[in-house]
Amino acid sequence: MKTLKVLVSTACFVGMAVSTHAEESAALSIDGQEFTIQTAAPAHAENLDEVTSGWIYRAKETQALQLDDFDNPGFVFVDQAIDLWNEVEGSEGKACASCHEDVGQFAGLRTTLPRVEDGKVVTMEDLVNTCRTDHMGAEPWKYSGSQIIAMTALIGLQSRGMPMNVAIDGEAAEFWEQGRELYYTRVGQLDMACSNCHEDNYDTMIRADHLSQGQTNGFPTYRLKNAKLNSTHARFKGCMKNIRAEPYKVGGEEFKSLELYIASRGQGLSVETPSVRN
Amino acid sequence: MASGVKPRVKVPKTAAAGDIITIKTLISHKMESGQRKGDDGNLIPRSIINRFTADFNGQNVIDVTVEPAVSTNPYFEFEAMVPEAGEFKFTWYDDDGSVYETAKKIAIG
Repeated sequence: MKTLKVLVSTACFVGMAVSTHAEESAALSIDGQEFTIQTAAPAHAENLDEVTSGWIYRAKETQALQLDDFDNPGFVFVDQAIDLWNEVEGSEGKACASCHEDVGQFAGLRTTLPRVEDGKVVTMEDLVNTCRTDHMGAEPWKYSGSQIIAMTALIGLQSRGMPMNVAIDGEAAEFWEQGRELYYTRVGQLDMACSNCHEDNYDTMIRADHLSQGQTNGFPTYRLKNAKLNSTHARFKGCMKNIRAEPYKVGGEEFKSLELYIASRGQGLSVETPSVRN
Repeated sequence: MASGVKPRVKVPKTAAAGDIITIKTLISHKMESGQRKGDDGNLIPRSIINRFTADFNGQNVIDVTVEPAVSTNPYFEFEAMVPEAGEFKFTWYDDDGSVYETAKKIAIG
């Protein structure tokens, strides 16, 4: 009888622990700057009422890491990128700083990427590598390699706190539609689409993990899991492996369209680059 | 010298004399434990920060022995009493003999 009682009370406790709710989270504010972590969903995200930052679903300890730039391990990589920014490379004898001087001029850029130019989706990685090949005469960095992720974190940081605002009309419409198609297409041995977890089941537990909406406003994001910054494409790849699917190519057309579509689902959320997640 | 090593330190700029302040330090470092095997199947030699010290105006504040189980990018947070204006000096000792140093001034006021 006694055992039964204990079991019942344990069950209650577990039940309570599982129902972690978004509302309980404190507001996200870094150095006095307020972040929008919850806002009304844009009209084109037709199956969502509101969009929420992944920060909300993390444990208090993980959330706390993002509240202070010193505690945020992502800034180790931002510091490395500052060195890369000033490093002269390539046949033209130039560094990023030779043309752009202050990285602060890129405030706002992160909110509008990816964008469509001349019939192609252009990501920040593309912009950095175009600069390297065309203006510096240097080798392009590996897409989603550690250097380019650090650099996109440094450039993205300049837009921190600004609302995501990617263009999905005009030339971009066709790619946005492609991304949407990918988002809702079931793939892999588990036969799952992005939407099955991140739209139908966010804020619930998938085994030990608290599912988020899969927003990209915090990328590149520092993950405690691998102790480094992670790009959106690397995360997409990880998701696809989890559902036992053959991932698309990192830096390929599919992921770029998907990146555009998912970014558009987070319109209005503040850029949190570099965020901290588990 | 291991690559990508960069010390970061956070010390308040000012404090009242006798104040106890919180100091945060972090150094980006691989902290190769010596337990892992490389692609060729051989052990990767240990390469970690094995000692960390902080001094204030030449007086030792903290001296830490670091072992291989400490994670990558080791972070130390500790408190120190500031009796007078001066300079904190932080030193990290690498297995390969490299020494990384950084210093932060603190004023009274």
